[in-house]
Amino acid sequence: MQGLPELLLLLVILTCFVVLGTTRLSACIRAVAWQGLLLGLLPLALYPRGGPHVWGLTAGTILVKAIVLPRFLRWAIREAAVRREVEPLVGYVVSLLFGVVVVAAAFAVSRTLPLAEPAREMLVPASLATVVIGLFVLTTRMKALLQVVGYLMLENGVYLFGLTHVERIPFLMEAGVLLDVFVGIFIMGIVVFHINREFDSLDSAHLSELTD
Amino acid sequence: MSWSGIAAVAIVLFIAPLLPGLAAKTKARLTGRRGAPVHQLYWDLARLWRKGAVYSRTTTWIFRFAPVVLVLTGVLAALFLPLDGQRGVVTFSGDLVAFAYLLALGRFFVVLAALDTGSSFEGMGASREVTVAAFAEPALFLALVALVLATGRLSLTGILGAPLAHAWPAAAPALAMVAVSLFLVLLAEGSRVPVDDPATHLELTMIHEVMVLDHSGPDLALLLYGSALKLALVGALVVAVIAPRAALPPLVGLAVLVLGLMVVAGIIGVVESVMARLRLDRVPQFLTAASVLAALGVILMLVA
Amino acid sequence: MVLLALVVLPALAAVGAYAHRAPEWRAPWLGLGAALQLGLVIFAWISPPPPLFDGWLALDALGLVVLTTVSVLFAVVASYAVGYLRRENPRGGRAFVACLLAFQAGASLVALSHHFALLWVGLEAMTLAVAPLIFHRHDRRSLEAVWKYLVISSVGIALALLGIFFLATAQAAAPAGTRPLVLEDLVAGARQLHPAWLRASFVFLLIGLGTKMGLAPMHTWKPDTYGEAPCVVGGLMAGTLTSCAFLGLARVTEVSAAAGIGPFIQPLLLGFGLLSMAVAAAFIIGQTDLRRLLAYSSVEHMGLLVVGLGVGGVGAYGAVLHMVNNALVKGLLFLAVGNVLLNLGATSPARSGILRRAPLSGVLLLVGLFAVTGSPPFGPFLSEFAIVSAAFRGGHYWIAGAVFVLLAVIFIGIGARILDVVHGPASGDAPAPREDPWLVTGPAMLALAVLVLGVYIPRPLFEALSNAAGALGGWPP
Repeated sequence: MQGLPELLLLLVILTCFVVLGTTRLSACIRAVAWQGLLLGLLPLALYPRGGPHVWGLTAGTILVKAIVLPRFLRWAIREAAVRREVEPLVGYVVSLLFGVVVVAAAFAVSRTLPLAEPAREMLVPASLATVVIGLFVLTTRMKALLQVVGYLMLENGVYLFGLTHVERIPFLMEAGVLLDVFVGIFIMGIVVFHINREFDSLDSAHLSELTD
Repeated sequence: MSWSGIAAVAIVLFIAPLLPGLAAKTKARLTGRRGAPVHQLYWDLARLWRKGAVYSRTTTWIFRFAPVVLVLTGVLAALFLPLDGQRGVVTFSGDLVAFAYLLALGRFFVVLAALDTGSSFEGMGASREVTVAAFAEPALFLALVALVLATGRLSLTGILGAPLAHAWPAAAPALAMVAVSLFLVLLAEGSRVPVDDPATHLELTMIHEVMVLDHSGPDLALLLYGSALKLALVGALVVAVIAPRAALPPLVGLAVLVLGLMVVAGIIGVVESVMARLRLDRVPQFLTAASVLAALGVILMLVA
Repeated sequence: MVLLALVVLPALAAVGAYAHRAPEWRAPWLGLGAALQLGLVIFAWISPPPPLFDGWLALDALGLVVLTTVSVLFAVVASYAVGYLRRENPRGGRAFVACLLAFQAGASLVALSHHFALLWVGLEAMTLAVAPLIFHRHDRRSLEAVWKYLVISSVGIALALLGIFFLATAQAAAPAGTRPLVLEDLVAGARQLHPAWLRASFVFLLIGLGTKMGLAPMHTWKPDTYGEAPCVVGGLMAGTLTSCAFLGLARVTEVSAAAGIGPFIQPLLLGFGLLSMAVAAAFIIGQTDLRRLLAYSSVEHMGLLVVGLGVGGVGAYGAVLHMVNNALVKGLLFLAVGNVLLNLGATSPARSGILRRAPLSGVLLLVGLFAVTGSPPFGPFLSEFAIVSAAFRGGHYWIAGAVFVLLAVIFIGIGARILDVVHGPASGDAPAPREDPWLVTGPAMLALAVLVLGVYIPRPLFEALSNAAGALGGWPP
């Protein structure tokens, strides 16, 4: 349990819980911004002697995930008189408890999936927990913006896992992945903006016209 | 039965009323007021003790008995905590459960006394108080379980003693989360903001204050003292987790405890001046967050 | 060089189409991109190009088959677009064309990449390029469709990426010098792959790529998206996007089979495949909207592909052949439905007598509907037959029986729609407009190809299909 990486990963898990338990939209966006910052610091903590490749990844991740994307998300919901409350399908208490169960299960499952370097053991459960919690947020929150936040958390979880391979997958790949995430969220934000404008609300209950 | 242990209990029992006063003073200073003197509660207790008590005709012996039970259970619970940093006055394996349930017993009787008055208002307050307690209990127990896992002992003396000091370097993040969780439980047990506002005068916003609404004279004095004592005991638990004092001589350990309690009271004052009381349906959320923190601590202890 | 050109040229054309503001040049840019693509593919058939970038880009049999299919489909779409862009002016015309070309660049990247992460990048690029195309009308229905598409597809792609990372972890114990995530090295060192990680990787890749393909239960975005997108886009999605996603799945199956976890992956593939076919059958019966019908048909064919992959042997050959057939048929169908839409203004024909109003498009629609149900003498019949017979030969009697029953149910469901198309008075007060040759020639070519493939498979194609099947552990009939 020593070391900066484990502390950062614990803080990442805590930000997931903040998204699960908070009632305000802006608090959710701020929580993923912090998550992005922590994720950006992780490559430096894991590979302090990595060289310019690691520094580039840190800078790129912090720029995209902690600064640009949260600002963009805030812009997307700015326009209409949107009710800034989360309005979940599953209550806060149940969400928080589900989060604990997921974290426990992630730690249990990662026992069967050992890493080659045991020093990085906590990366696997942290990434799995973030992925599942992101998926949970995406499916149980009614607001379109929170679905984007859930997707962002899902991608953060995948990125976390990718950090076990920073030395083996070249920088180009990570940059390509980062770019794809960026463009994806960008397009989603544009669509959220349009949803906002069209329905004057972010409630995805409006998006149920198409059916068989 | 060590002298230092008994002396520590006596000293904590003595300074308990100081803590709410410190919290109020800190809050007053931070909000730009001078505030009441720190030892105001002592004067209040003395004044109340001299007055006569008025009992409603609908109440029974429970109403008169409850304040005594609250103080008695508090004193008994104090015997289990290693307040001098070495040993509690009474220790046995599993006494942490006894500690938690003694505090719960005190609260149970206060709630019964409130129900005893037969007023719907106290009934409402009683149900709120019990709800808060129901959510705070798992958090407290999860925090204690995390400590048990960290140290491998099952008594309060064991989990707050030397093994805890050894466990800190390796398990720092988990223990930090446990400490934060215990602090949140302290806010709930002590009926502080953001769970309950002790300074409110609006009946519909009261939780704990409703319990004491009908008592008067010495009964009220005992109730006020009992709450302060509970604050001191859970606060001592928080201080013991953050600063294990087993390596220090008993007197120094006791001094550290007193200092720690004052710091905790100060932090409570800061929290009270920074936050507002939570909407009542958000309180379970708040306490679930405390449970989640403690649960994460448990998971990390199980894995490491 | 050829490989690089196949990826870069469409991308450059996309940039060019976006930068060039004159509206009359949009179709030509599309045509230029398609023609270059087709020319390069023909060159690749004649003289196979060597691998590039340390084996990251390479052309093997399976990749060649996919590349040819998507290039042909794109060429047909480009020719159709000439007439389409004349009749309809999609909002943001240059973005429309630019996104189509970017989509094609992504498809080339997927077909050519032997590095899994590069494959993922291509697939993600395709996913993102299609999103603005679905949203072209900027109304509520298409907004809802594109939102569902984005959310579900993005989740699928993210899970696929996680699967790819798991694959890299499975390769962690490989000796120094192996290129991580490169197909050849994965297959060569398959026995040393960590089994738990490989299994986790397969599961996630199946779910992620299955979402892109439209396997049940991750198919829920398909009906809405295909129903709201312009038919050009729908055709490309049903033909190209599904084939590329299937390519990814086939590659990971190749690695898994080589590593010996075949018994683990087979039930998964068969389960998802049968579920997709069953769900599709359930929803096809009574479906009146032609585009949603095609969406469920796409789900069914994807299920069939995965069943073929799971059954193995001749089934692998059948799956690859069926992928080609499916792409051509779906392209034909969507373009024909596009003509119906342009003609009638709606895609619920319901006895509208399209056959009388627009005879050429009506015939093409009929041909497509017959082909998609797997009737002889069209191509899909041969490939479906190959898959079912492989299931019988492999001893999976229940599976073969279930597939047969489901195909029959789907035939009945689609058959009802065929009757709709044929019968009914020539409705509508306005006189039937003359059919634009641009709108008909492309689909007619596709129909011809489907007919030919049902009767005779040219020698080079047969060899390519056999080699592709061989890589997947199968063999030709």
